[in-house]
Amino acid sequence: MSDALPPNSGFRTTGRSRRGEPWVWLTAAGLAIGVIMALGLFLLILLKGTASFWPRPIDVMEVRVAEGATEKIAGFVTQESTRSEPDGTEHREIQVFRGNKDIRPEAFVFIDEANIASRSRPEDLMWVERMEYGPGIIEPVALETPEGRIEAADPSFHDKLDAVIERSEQAREEILDIERHQIGRISRELEKHERAERSGEKTAQELAGRRAELQASFEKLQAQSGAIHDKLKETKLVGRTVDGADVSYTSDVLVRTFMPNAAGFFDRLGEALSRAGAFLSEDPREANTEGGVFPAIFGTVVMTLAMSFFVTPFGVIAAIYLREYASQGLMVQFVRISVNNLAGVPSIVFGVFGLAFFVYTVGGTVDQWFFADKLPTPTYGTPGILWASLTLALLTLPVVIVATEEALAAVPRGVREAALACGASKWQTIQRVVLPASLPGILTGVILAMARGAGEVAPLMLVGVVKLAPSLPIDSIAPFVHPERKFMHLGFHIYDLGFQSPDAEAAKPIVYATALLLIVVVVTLNLSAILIRNKLKKRFAVSSF
Amino acid sequence: MPAQATSTDAASRPDFIQVDQFSFHYGPKQALFDIHMDIPEHQVTALIGPSGCGKSTLLRNLNRMNDLIEGVRHEGDIRIGGTSLYDPSVEVISLRKRVGMVFQKYNPFAKSIYENVVFSLRVAGRGRKTELDETVERALTDAALWDEVKDRLHDSAFGLSGGQQQRLCIARAIANQPEILLMDEPCAALDPLATLRIEDLIIGLKQRYTIVIVTHNMEQATRCSDRTAFLYMGKLVEYGPTLAMFERPKEPQTEAYITGRFS
Repeated sequence: MSDALPPNSGFRTTGRSRRGEPWVWLTAAGLAIGVIMALGLFLLILLKGTASFWPRPIDVMEVRVAEGATEKIAGFVTQESTRSEPDGTEHREIQVFRGNKDIRPEAFVFIDEANIASRSRPEDLMWVERMEYGPGIIEPVALETPEGRIEAADPSFHDKLDAVIERSEQAREEILDIERHQIGRISRELEKHERAERSGEKTAQELAGRRAELQASFEKLQAQSGAIHDKLKETKLVGRTVDGADVSYTSDVLVRTFMPNAAGFFDRLGEALSRAGAFLSEDPREANTEGGVFPAIFGTVVMTLAMSFFVTPFGVIAAIYLREYASQGLMVQFVRISVNNLAGVPSIVFGVFGLAFFVYTVGGTVDQWFFADKLPTPTYGTPGILWASLTLALLTLPVVIVATEEALAAVPRGVREAALACGASKWQTIQRVVLPASLPGILTGVILAMARGAGEVAPLMLVGVVKLAPSLPIDSIAPFVHPERKFMHLGFHIYDLGFQSPDAEAAKPIVYATALLLIVVVVTLNLSAILIRNKLKKRFAVSSF
Repeated sequence: MPAQATSTDAASRPDFIQVDQFSFHYGPKQALFDIHMDIPEHQVTALIGPSGCGKSTLLRNLNRMNDLIEGVRHEGDIRIGGTSLYDPSVEVISLRKRVGMVFQKYNPFAKSIYENVVFSLRVAGRGRKTELDETVERALTDAALWDEVKDRLHDSAFGLSGGQQQRLCIARAIANQPEILLMDEPCAALDPLATLRIEDLIIGLKQRYTIVIVTHNMEQATRCSDRTAFLYMGKLVEYGPTLAMFERPKEPQTEAYITGRFS
């Protein structure tokens, strides 16, 4: 419309800055920078995290090491860079992961591109994941089984190999079941006898019979698991490394094999998905640098849910008193300021508090009252998932209190008066009218608390997280829930892999994958809470006022 | 107008609610000065007056709703059926069970229509299914809402239109069969058609309830009230049968207000 006006009509006197345009641009730019940074971070983690499962081709390079001598190196190119020498020349360098840590400990090697004499991708190279020493890169030669030897050239070689790996997987599960459950049950009973004897409830003679029985079944189980092992060892995958060393892997260490140079796109995609699936569902191996992260996912989810379970009633009750019952004076103002300040206390301080109060004081007392027979071995007087959840509940308490207070304050006065006019007492009004109406707001607080708690690492290191937990906090052994157990956590897993592992370079892809997973877990937990909240909101759609 | 016919039941007491030399203060500010009026049973009594004249304050004292505000105090007395509201033996909760209230803004709870109506029974600890079902049908029928909502009793109350929500609030207020129904500008947030329905409802309800209504609408007062009290600056200026007061106001202030010379 304004375009149609003549230039001096008197309707175009407002300057740009008075119309506020620069400020609009500024705010838009601020938002854009924020969005770009968040998206960039997420995309980096997404790309690097998913790429770590993608099977890369294996290069075989002949590298000149000295006058006339060459060395054959096979591996994945993991990084390419340019290095400037002091004399001004530039070298292109590649970093190669060559695996086979059982043969030589350095899995990574830097190669100056100028020294590469030839480069090829032979199709018969095999990537072998083993129970120990990380992946191996070999040329397969044959499969040696008790029934006979199958050469790699044999068309049935790959099917046979897959069958062998599958059988060894099953056998490993059997062994795990024997060691973890059946032997575990025996050692738990033996422990109980030990305590009974120490406390003088029973004498050694009384227990001797049962003990011998247990000992016998223990030996039988051990023999059973040994036999499975021995059976697995009869089958071997024989191969050769590119530099000519002979290797042979017994079938009990074989996890998976893949021939990346011979595989097409869909084979690679299938392999990537299968590796991702294993990463999600398996236990970690070899100081967490190989295998999966299932216990860490499980620990993170259980800890976050337990934390929400503790913090919600606590925070809501505190907020109800602060907002509805306490007379609004200096004292309440002071409490409110303190609660808000609590949100600014460094989280490690909560960790220290949790260790001193929950673990040593509360846990120690619980041990003295209920688990005195096990002392001096602590049961609850040691870091565990219960104390970690409580510590994080304390950490996220201000978030829930503030959100709940706001939600309560937002319930219109008219609704409260209506309830009172119907003859409801103050408590009935709060319980039946105010709380349901403020539920979505309270849930928003819980969602924020979950987001904060799930990503917290520092305090957990003091109150329950460990690098490797032998068993999950919830499992099939009675009483099924073990709040005293230590647990694994994705956030700590990232720290542990990235900064504490013996080969940080090899752990890099798994760090990205774990970071991606942590984000996915936190987002999933939040999304489910948001879905619940929206459902509630729809049910109690806020009135038009 | 049929609404003017005063019901002269044998049972209705002319001084059912006695406001006796009542003064009320919000902290340092005095809102009511020496109000003295008798409100008859089973009639509609309208409180009119300009904004801030104290009519809502007076109404909200009839079920002691003003007790919720900090720093209030009163002098004089209010009696219902001869019993003082401020008698130490009177429990506020049981008082409010006898005196229902409908507010200016319709304020249903974030619950289903059914749960809204039975709220007063639930908080009184009466939860027998048959009793609740009967109450819902009776209260919604009395509030002229039953036919419109009987098929969706368990839907959210917020799905109703404004007029329906206000009638739901009336049903909620009469569900526990109070003796007195206080209405604080019940039509202020409604369109003219919904207003008419509520007014019809008020006329129908006075057979069983003593109704005190605050209104800004002169026509509403003439249409549905039997007696009218005009308050100005916290004082009761004139109180009498509605028709007489609107035809021949005794006080010049009343005349000025009802003829619209100030509001």
